[in-house]
Amino acid sequence: MYLLAIDWIFIIEKLVLIAGIVTLSMVVAMYATYGERKVAAFIQDRIGPNRAGPFGLLQPLADGGKLFFKEEIIPLASSKFLFILGPLLAMVTALLTSAVIPWGANMSIGDRVVPLQVADVNIGILYVFGVVSLGVYGIMLGGWASNNKFSLLAAIRGASQMVSYELAMGLSLIAVLMLTGSLQMSVIVGEQYNSVWNIVYQPIGFIIFFICALAETNRTPFDLPEAENELNFGYHQEYSSMKLGFYLFAEYINMFISGVIMATLYFGGYDIPFVNEARLATHIGENWVALLTFLTLMAKALFFVFVFMWIRWTIPRFRFDQLMRLGWKRLIPLALANMIITALVILWLKK
Amino acid sequence: MSVQLTNRSKPVDRRPMNWVERLYLVNIFKGMAITLKHFFKKKATIKYPEETRPFSKVFRGLHILNRDEEGRERCTACGLCAVACPAEAITMEAAERQEGEEQLYREEKYAAKYEINMLRCIFCGYCEEACPKDAIYLSQTFTPANYQRKGFIYKKEDLLIPNPVTDPEGYQKALGTISREKEGV
Repeated sequence: MYLLAIDWIFIIEKLVLIAGIVTLSMVVAMYATYGERKVAAFIQDRIGPNRAGPFGLLQPLADGGKLFFKEEIIPLASSKFLFILGPLLAMVTALLTSAVIPWGANMSIGDRVVPLQVADVNIGILYVFGVVSLGVYGIMLGGWASNNKFSLLAAIRGASQMVSYELAMGLSLIAVLMLTGSLQMSVIVGEQYNSVWNIVYQPIGFIIFFICALAETNRTPFDLPEAENELNFGYHQEYSSMKLGFYLFAEYINMFISGVIMATLYFGGYDIPFVNEARLATHIGENWVALLTFLTLMAKALFFVFVFMWIRWTIPRFRFDQLMRLGWKRLIPLALANMIITALVILWLKK
Repeated sequence: MSVQLTNRSKPVDRRPMNWVERLYLVNIFKGMAITLKHFFKKKATIKYPEETRPFSKVFRGLHILNRDEEGRERCTACGLCAVACPAEAITMEAAERQEGEEQLYREEKYAAKYEINMLRCIFCGYCEEACPKDAIYLSQTFTPANYQRKGFIYKKEDLLIPNPVTDPEGYQKALGTISREKEGV
């Protein structure tokens, strides 16, 4: 349907997709809070939330309601605009990353091929990195605008941590990009679709990427921006009610999205393992395969979310100098070495 | 060699870490294996309102003023419990049994007022031991929470066990399992 030289169906399709993905991220983040509590409880031989609804499944709703109705406090000494902008930015940057991720195989509605991806830009992974580095602003603004020394200290720690780990993350990623020869997310997935997953070639790269992802999402053992013992809660100390909720929520969305990205880059994206999707499509139809691939990606991503939680309840928090030493003196050289070795092997095989 | 309290103690290894140990990853995986094992373990939680933790055989809880089989109060207000009480939580006032009150009180004297301050009580059970008439027992319940201090001063009507003649069901409930065993002894 073209009207005023604009393909309206295309726009509607993308809008539906965006709404779907944002809703999905929100719901996953909501239930990740529940999941986190359950995982924590199970690891500590407890039961966890079990009062609200069956198995405590309504707990996130109760928590959300509580956050909405709590008193909202904006400190007098804070700079109000930035104070409100902080959690907003954290949330927006967390959600923005989902735009370039291929969520599943193509669907066909009528005679239209609908890719389950909002924007298949050819610099996909660069875009992800760009947006992820913007996430620092959420923390920095939150800490600075509160006009609280502890918050500021925590925010600075968070910012320096995120900046240092982004380097190692990028370097470990370059090895993957050399393997696929493209920055486009759909191409990266397609490459793994047709041959083997990147994890086979890049185990060390994946471990580096995983550690950096932990640091980027501010998860334990790298949750220094919110060290409750040393900095009494860190950058979001002055935040109350839903603004605090936004910060916490953004962390869970980040966790989910980084799980999806790790699955996409290293674990074949929406590829169903040991299944020939093309042959399956002739049996059960293309749309069902698309759904299955989407569910596969979700399973992989949620597994990573679980691993994040599992790590949180196993490993204690780093000291800041240890964190910096690990980032700069261990991970970056290791990532560099990994990159160079990959490059050499590729060159050698091509000859 | 000192005495070992458990067989799980290990000598401290102060050798410098080798390369694999300095990587930490191996030990992190070991730790994660341990936490994952706990993930599948049986949970220690007791879901309180539905399940209750069984009390120990020697548990000493809230006091009961006992009656005999005919429903008469056993207490004669002799004051031995108050004397035995190290926390001085028990106070009482005695009164003489009047004509026609024989079905209410077992002896000629009875406690007109009997109070235990549960904020002072340390549940030592000396009152139970001191009582020559088997009138006071420590039962199998906790002191419930209260909003005011005066709510913790238990009056005679709070302590007195239900009448076995008029309310046998309540009497059995108040006796609980352990008190019944004690009575049997």
